[in-house]
Amino acid sequence: MRAINIVMKRELDSYFSTHLAYVFILIFLVLSGVFTFYLGNFYERGQADLLPFFNFHPWLYLFLVPALSMRLWAEELKSGSIELLLTLPVTIVDAVVGKFLAAWIFAGISLMMTFPLWLTVNYLGDPDNGVIFTSYIGSWLMAGSFLAIGSCMSALSKSQVIAFILCGVVCLLFVLAGYPLVLNSIKTWVPLVVVDSVASLSFLNHFNSISRGIISLRDVLYFCSVQVVWLAATVVVINARQSR
Amino acid sequence: MIEVSHLVKSFGSLVAVDNLSLQIVPGEILGFLGPNGAGKSTTMKILTGYLKPTSGTVKVNGINVEQDPVGVKQLIGYLPEGAPAYEEMTTRRFLTFIAELRGYTGHEIVKRLDRVVDVMSLSSVIDRRIETLSKGFKRRVGIAQAIIHDPKILILDEPTDGLDPNQKHQVRELIRGLSKDKIIIVSTHILEEVTAVCSRAVIISDGKVLEDCEPSTLETRSKYHGAVTLICSCETDFARMRVATKALVADMPPIVDEDAFRLTLFQSESSRPLLLHVTKLLEETGVVAEVVSEKGRLDEVFRSITKSAEVLA
Repeated sequence: MRAINIVMKRELDSYFSTHLAYVFILIFLVLSGVFTFYLGNFYERGQADLLPFFNFHPWLYLFLVPALSMRLWAEELKSGSIELLLTLPVTIVDAVVGKFLAAWIFAGISLMMTFPLWLTVNYLGDPDNGVIFTSYIGSWLMAGSFLAIGSCMSALSKSQVIAFILCGVVCLLFVLAGYPLVLNSIKTWVPLVVVDSVASLSFLNHFNSISRGIISLRDVLYFCSVQVVWLAATVVVINARQSR
Repeated sequence: MIEVSHLVKSFGSLVAVDNLSLQIVPGEILGFLGPNGAGKSTTMKILTGYLKPTSGTVKVNGINVEQDPVGVKQLIGYLPEGAPAYEEMTTRRFLTFIAELRGYTGHEIVKRLDRVVDVMSLSSVIDRRIETLSKGFKRRVGIAQAIIHDPKILILDEPTDGLDPNQKHQVRELIRGLSKDKIIIVSTHILEEVTAVCSRAVIISDGKVLEDCEPSTLETRSKYHGAVTLICSCETDFARMRVATKALVADMPPIVDEDAFRLTLFQSESSRPLLLHVTKLLEETGVVAEVVSEKGRLDEVFRSITKSAEVLA
């Protein structure tokens, strides 16, 4: 636990000392503003909620999260600092979890920075703040799942660019799994069970049900298990690197 | 005590470490020598638990590295090749991070930091980012990181690479000062370093131990060990000297430099001790010459050991 905490603190520290943090938060805020107000027709809808804001999160994360996660391991592999880290008295699990938590907490901080939107919608009308709260939780959980995938992809390559692309592609698959586009195209030739299980893998379905205001155990468990599985995969990849 | 037995590490078809066995006891400073790609770094990476061996075992103080890697890592201080660090951090934060991971808290961290900063002379760069430091300082930060917990076992992969002569001297002094009850393993391709600091020299090539001896014995294996160079000031003396010394070097052809009036004689079984014979000879013949006693040339020994292995292979 202690080691996880120390690794996490260091990682979080490096986000801010490399200015990655500021650039990331800025871009996140600008893009979520653009999505909400222009593409989401925030004003024109005439409804006091943040649906246009949250609806775009899966797409926003699709390229922002890989940008955040690509350096997690690729940078360590490139600079050789991984050799330093893994010869200190920490287990691979400590290191993987610590680094992931740092990225996840940072994603949480970025999300919290969007609070002016929440103030705005409260000023303009009388939204259901409970729904907004669960949407934030849902969005954060989803970001964590994206990051866990990114962590694994980052451990696969020394190159951050490759890590970025791999993460984007895998995340895209997870997002699209719930889209009618994908589901309709497989509906005709695979059994319903498969269609359902593909749909149930989708980030979108689970995120949408949380952002309707219901935090069900099923959805939370889903995101948590995605994280656990991909972090475990990260551990396996790093382990394999050591015994290759 | 480190026990390495029948260690093998292969990367695909490449065998980096080939059935290597070693025992290292406290108090020893082991110099790990070998050409590039000989398997020095790979062996060190396995000892420190970074890489897993293909087969064979490594035990550190009785603990098997594969079974309890964290337990072994606690005992070892390690400077990886190239002294990697988190370059965006300042020296102080970086060393604090290492100390925290080593299990220290609060005041103890400050105390540990003060000590290594003092020993490695890092006070001028303590609040600078590591990425802005010179190669020498980076290396010193790397060594500071490795000794922060005063480890029983110190493994340094090319610790003096990229340092200027003063810094090299400083690092060697440090290593010598540390060694009392510790095991220190230093890899290097600077041979003088081995005679300067090490109590044991292990030469490896293609993952095999070719030589395991005291550095001083290594020197005696050189052709130049015990050799004597004579430098005359004029041609007549030089000619007389060449005639006079002919008997001494019957079985070992000398090196002759006609223009500089230099003559290098090599010691053989029959002419031992050569220096004594030569001075006696000069007295008898009355030839005036400058006498220089040669020392064993390590790179020559190194070349002959590693080359002959190549020929055998």
